[in-house]
Amino acid sequence: MARVGVFICHCGTNIAGSVNIDEMVDAANKMPSVVYASDNKYTCSEPGQASIRQAIIDNRLNRVVIASCSPRMHENTFRRTVTSAGLNSYLLEMANIREQCSWVHSNNKEAATAKAIDLVRMAVAKATKDEPLFPKEVGLTKRALVIGGGIAGIQAALDIANAGHDVVLVEREPSIGGHMAQLDKTFPTLDCSACILTPKMVDIAQHPKITLRTYAEIDNVQGYIGNFHVQIRQKARKVDHSKCTGCGTCWQKCPEKISSEFDVGVGKRSAIYIPFAQAVPTKPVIDTEHCRYIKYLQFVDEGEEGKKPAECRICEKLCPVSAIDWEQQDQILTEDFGAIVVTTGFKPFDPQVYQEYGVGRIPDVITGIQLERLMNASGPTEGEVIRPSDGTHPKSVVFISCVGSRDDEKGRGYCSKICCMYTAKHTIMLKEHDPEVQSYVFYIDIRAVGKDYEEFIRRAQEEAGTIYLRGRVSKIHRKGAKLIVQGEDSLIGRPVEIEADLVVLATGMEPSEGVIELAQGLNLSHDSYNFLMEAHPKLRPVETHIDGVFLAGSCIGPRDIPECVAHGSAAAAKVAGLFSQEKLVIEPLTALVDPLKCVGCLACVQVCPFNAPEEQKARDGRTIAYINDALCKGCGLCVVACRPGAINLRGFANDQLLAEVVSLW
Amino acid sequence: MSQSRFAYYPGCTLHGTAREYDVSARLVCKSSGIELEELEDWTCCGASSAHATDHLMAISLPARELQAAEEKDLPLVTACAMCFNRLKLSAHELSQDNTREMVSKVMNKEIIKVPTVVHLLQVVDEKIASFSFKKQLEGLKVACYYGCLLVRPNDITEFDDDENPQIMDRTIATMGAQAIDWDFKTACCGASLPFTHPEAVIKLSHAILSQAKELGADCVSVACPMCHANLDMNQKEIRSRYNDEINIPIFYFTQLMGLSLGFSPKDMLVDKHFTSPLPLLKEKGLV
Repeated sequence: MARVGVFICHCGTNIAGSVNIDEMVDAANKMPSVVYASDNKYTCSEPGQASIRQAIIDNRLNRVVIASCSPRMHENTFRRTVTSAGLNSYLLEMANIREQCSWVHSNNKEAATAKAIDLVRMAVAKATKDEPLFPKEVGLTKRALVIGGGIAGIQAALDIANAGHDVVLVEREPSIGGHMAQLDKTFPTLDCSACILTPKMVDIAQHPKITLRTYAEIDNVQGYIGNFHVQIRQKARKVDHSKCTGCGTCWQKCPEKISSEFDVGVGKRSAIYIPFAQAVPTKPVIDTEHCRYIKYLQFVDEGEEGKKPAECRICEKLCPVSAIDWEQQDQILTEDFGAIVVTTGFKPFDPQVYQEYGVGRIPDVITGIQLERLMNASGPTEGEVIRPSDGTHPKSVVFISCVGSRDDEKGRGYCSKICCMYTAKHTIMLKEHDPEVQSYVFYIDIRAVGKDYEEFIRRAQEEAGTIYLRGRVSKIHRKGAKLIVQGEDSLIGRPVEIEADLVVLATGMEPSEGVIELAQGLNLSHDSYNFLMEAHPKLRPVETHIDGVFLAGSCIGPRDIPECVAHGSAAAAKVAGLFSQEKLVIEPLTALVDPLKCVGCLACVQVCPFNAPEEQKARDGRTIAYINDALCKGCGLCVVACRPGAINLRGFANDQLLAEVVSLW
Repeated sequence: MSQSRFAYYPGCTLHGTAREYDVSARLVCKSSGIELEELEDWTCCGASSAHATDHLMAISLPARELQAAEEKDLPLVTACAMCFNRLKLSAHELSQDNTREMVSKVMNKEIIKVPTVVHLLQVVDEKIASFSFKKQLEGLKVACYYGCLLVRPNDITEFDDDENPQIMDRTIATMGAQAIDWDFKTACCGASLPFTHPEAVIKLSHAILSQAKELGADCVSVACPMCHANLDMNQKEIRSRYNDEINIPIFYFTQLMGLSLGFSPKDMLVDKHFTSPLPLLKEKGLV
């Protein structure tokens, strides 16, 4: 027999100001199953909670209804209150008469009172059907997986490892380092990017708690917080890294030269390669698409006609430790993790759609990242800035900002955040390379929000003499060896034409290739641009809706280096917090399948966004659904989808919700 | 567009100053079995003046031609870029219920459906395999000039890329000529300004022609009578004003097709042009 106690809160005048509390207490006293009703000025205060405890004991209450604020505010407070009086904490119901009543109906006390009484009536009806529930505990693997070896991933891996936990860092490229490794210098301090990044890369390689898996990808993720099972595909490198010493003979002697991804088309690499000199690991992989011997093997295998390609195998012949292994195949490694940090980063926007700038047609129209490689002392030109068309030194350089940013026409409405700053950096560095260079920047707005950023822009303007023109470029055309840049200076309201030797497009950021497949595998949501979504943009910036999966860096949206580092550390702190627990407590408000009613249609499997329902064989051999409590979020989708009504949500069972509705009649 | 019969709207210029475009288009189409059925009693599409006067009039004038094609149950093809632009815009606007009602009232006839509107270049591009080009235009370097009206606004004309269109380049390449890569494919030629602001036309046309010349084009191929007039007519003025030895023949793409299909320059009425293409054709052995 339910013995319900109702506690009505004034919340100072927040509730009492627009709801008649005395009338509510009278009404509550007359409700079925209610054996006690009272009111309190501040129920959440210590005396308020004490009076609830006392009332539970004095009146032998076995259900408690508190009419006050939103459960988001104080449900946990009151759960503790009823528990301390010996009740199961799930025998508490809250009627939200503040946010959902007094605050929004402050102009009509009579109606607000009637509504508040109804809300209490519903809560009482539900409470009579409440069952005690007990949270579950599961164990956890204290080992973290970091996906992506850019600066955010490097930072996250180092911080988790330094907190004493094992970390596996997976990177799909042959080296860690990400885009930061491509940069020459970093704004606003102009310190050398490699000088600050490579020590961290070496730390990763040498840390006893970190296992580095480069040239590897995530194939499959199963499981839940504390207990993820991940399949990692180690791509075939065709080089046995346990033998290789990284001497470099092979990649120096390989005769096949192709466009280097790392140098974004302005440099070349061999078919057996490390992406850059400071790569970690400094051991090569063979690009099977371009290797001459592999092409030869394919040719022989397929019995094609025509000229047989050369057998080559120069790397194999020259390798002093016989590390070349043509038989090596992709390997699948299955490993267990307790937490996953996704740091898949970005790729530079492909400006091909900007045909008005002659992208892909005019060789001296390049992107910011290409200029970065040209300026880099370890780049393909050893730091000499030259025009791709004729190798001459440009003297007049036009920069166009917001290429692939803030441009709805091109499907990119967002600001990429870093371009204003890196463009200013480029103009300063160009001036340092060659004092005769005059740079022009076409901009929409200059966005320099960060410590010392605005000062840096001033430095570009005042010290490097960069001319900033507010307006967009409409067209670039060739005139002899020059490029004519037609644009608008919207501050003087006139079209302008600038004769340039080189045009640099400040291309924005896009999510990495393949991030959507990864997001689907992890059940993460993404925005319309395919950037991954954090659990809350302000208050939970590195968490996701999937417990145990965290995000860091520019996979969430455009970010600069300091932000990526901060986010990497933030995600690591969350992982360390998670790993500080010995057991994980799982909320019992989950869906439950009645195996006798389940017909095995598995509609629940299809609707569940969290992969909680699984197919299972019942003892009598029937197929039925089973819901994994650790994955279930209690959203109730499966309950609605279940045709035979076999699924019920604990704490929000069908009969409880029905009782709430019925109580209003 | 798998069919080969089209309602044909020549528009006023093709019956006047651009007669060679009309004649060459008809001959070229006929040779590959594309039937052009000229609309009876067609009227002005309103180009260049109606839309500056009254929006409703600017949509209603082409609506009349759209309706005529719809009654024939044929897609509507035009060779003039201005007509194409006005017809496309009208068709686009007529997809809105309230506009269709308004225009129906003006026309005193209920518009239910509008036909597909295409430019002759699109028809040719799709049916390129049905042409038997007899003379390869080897060694001829052509600057394909599209102008603005075919490609803009892109979401309404649904034509091709609005900065670097390829459709005419493909056609030219099929005939063995070389379509050059250049930067003025869709630049402004000065449009309807030759009478009110001739300096603008001369300046803009000069920019277009001088790059074509610089990059080694032997001639320019166009798909718009207005572009043709501006580029062809002003070369003497350009020469004297800019002291730039520009003498570059401007062809309609249909004329080049005709030459490749085996028609004589006379059939193609190349003698109608201000800048005579005959020396070039002789030099390339096409006469």
